[in-house]
Amino acid sequence: MLNIIVCVKAVPDPKEACNIKIDPHSKTLMRCDVPLVVNPLDKNAMEAALQLKEQFDVHISVLSMGPPEAGNIVKECLALGADQGFLLCDPAFGGADAYATAFTLAKGIEKIGAYDVIICGMASSDGSTEWVGPEIAAILNIPVVTMVKEIVESDRDRWKVKASLENGYRLMQVKLPAVFTVTRDLNTPRTLSFSGIIKARTKEITRWAISDLGVPAEAVGLKGSPTIVSELSSTESKREAEIIAGTREEKAEFLVQKLADVGVL
Amino acid sequence: MIDFTFTEEQEMFRKAASEFAETSVAPHVAEMEKTGEVSDEVVKALGEAEMMALTIPEDFGGLGLGYTARMIALEEISRISVATAMMLQVFALGIEPIVQSGSDELKKKYLPALAKGERLSTTAVTEATGGSDPTGIRTSYKKDGDDFIVNGRKCFITNSHIADTINILTKSEDDPKLFCVFTIDRDMDGWRATHKEHKVGMRGCNTGELAFENLRIPKSQLLGEEGKGLRVSMAAIGDVGRGGMVGCALGLQVACLEESVKFANERILYGKPISALPAIQNKLAEMKIELEAGRLLAYRAAALQDKGQRSSNEFAVAKYFTCEAAQKAAKMAVDIHGGYGCMEEYAVTRFLRDSFVLGPSAGTSDIMKVIIGRWVLA
Repeated sequence: MLNIIVCVKAVPDPKEACNIKIDPHSKTLMRCDVPLVVNPLDKNAMEAALQLKEQFDVHISVLSMGPPEAGNIVKECLALGADQGFLLCDPAFGGADAYATAFTLAKGIEKIGAYDVIICGMASSDGSTEWVGPEIAAILNIPVVTMVKEIVESDRDRWKVKASLENGYRLMQVKLPAVFTVTRDLNTPRTLSFSGIIKARTKEITRWAISDLGVPAEAVGLKGSPTIVSELSSTESKREAEIIAGTREEKAEFLVQKLADVGVL
Repeated sequence: MIDFTFTEEQEMFRKAASEFAETSVAPHVAEMEKTGEVSDEVVKALGEAEMMALTIPEDFGGLGLGYTARMIALEEISRISVATAMMLQVFALGIEPIVQSGSDELKKKYLPALAKGERLSTTAVTEATGGSDPTGIRTSYKKDGDDFIVNGRKCFITNSHIADTINILTKSEDDPKLFCVFTIDRDMDGWRATHKEHKVGMRGCNTGELAFENLRIPKSQLLGEEGKGLRVSMAAIGDVGRGGMVGCALGLQVACLEESVKFANERILYGKPISALPAIQNKLAEMKIELEAGRLLAYRAAALQDKGQRSSNEFAVAKYFTCEAAQKAAKMAVDIHGGYGCMEEYAVTRFLRDSFVLGPSAGTSDIMKVIIGRWVLA
């Protein structure tokens, strides 16, 4: 059996992006003001695992770190077809940067025990650092391939994948266990089904606090985060319209100058 | 205190239905509007998403999730396409008499395929001479040994041309007080779908006529007791048909409000969005108030239905309120859009047309008041 762990993050619903506020003190997003959803790219990670489960003997564990409300998104992944859910939930985990998040998730993965493949979305829609997947790999001391857009071969002990580059892709063969971070090109995530939701009734979510992971408080959450956010603010995007008058040549000349003035040309 | 919140599972049902509607229905809405025809892809997707299985018991291949889950699904699908929600709600109207009154043999014969969407259903009651008053129908049955011979016509039947499993209400040729409901299917000779209607709204949901000419039906296809068919069909229409229309109306109310808020925030007048104008806020507030009130009526009635209690009167109240509110919301949405509200590129024009089809389906608002009046005076 291939053991896959899919790491998922509860993020503020991107559809409600205009309502997301920043905590002026902690410089973090105030996640409780908008509904939490599964990070969009983590859905691609889930879909990759589910497609493999349809073909092979695969056990899927879903792992998330977050507030108690993040249990809903773990449940959602169970409804999609994952076998087991784990939520790392403790006030001590709050305010974690990418490193502290990766450290906590890695400790969760070690506690789960059996794993051959760890799949993460390439980035989260809120933090968007793209670091968590590679940092998990570094902490667990296993290989990582980022930006996977196609799984070419998925043998029991090694995978061949295509990973996106700016102007092409890398074809990589990796020995398992390994971490893969995936892009939206990999697949189209399935939607929830009513029967999947019914099946999830009997699937349990295991919740682990800091004491269950056996890690010091200084290593997790805000205390364990080397990142210092000096400032975080919302930007306001405004549109302005200007009607350009004159002949065709005059309009073109004016437009070129205007674009140069704003730094586009 | 009464808990008015949805369960975590019900919230997930809503999410599932919403995702389904946005990914599998929304891409086909423009085509359905243009052609007025049912989208085969949408019907297939409804089946694959198990939407027809919601109210079918698990023993017969369904999900057995009941009527609150169904209301949630209809609301979310109607938010994207009232036509699709209407089609789906009538599939359930065709399923319910078999669930409630069918023999085990009929249930085994039809329900598993209906749950998968391999068969499509409807219930045919309305005729030129009887709809709201079903005793006025003229489609007749006559016994011939163990079989029944049916002749007549049905009109305004939703899913008439796509359904292959149809429950028809018929009246005895010999005794006008006796009615029978039979389940007929495509394999039987002696009936056909004839004229297709071109409705003002809900384009993409098929409505038309059925004709029966010496249709021979074996006794095994009878639903409920011989002669007591009115009870069979009215029980389904009162609870499931009316309830389904409430779900359609709620979804339309939501859609009207969402489109209006979006437009009001984008449309600049006097240097600021029109959402800053009290006149517009007043309309949006009215739409919101009626949506919230409609939801309370709708989900209370559905909760009663899930408990196995009689809910047809509560659904009459909910149907009256939500269908009227949906029509008002559609009118206000068009008003908020101003000149754009007359342009077909804007969804609100569809909402207005769809809203006018909500009223007559499963009983007009006036008929709802008749029912509610009888309830009050009983």
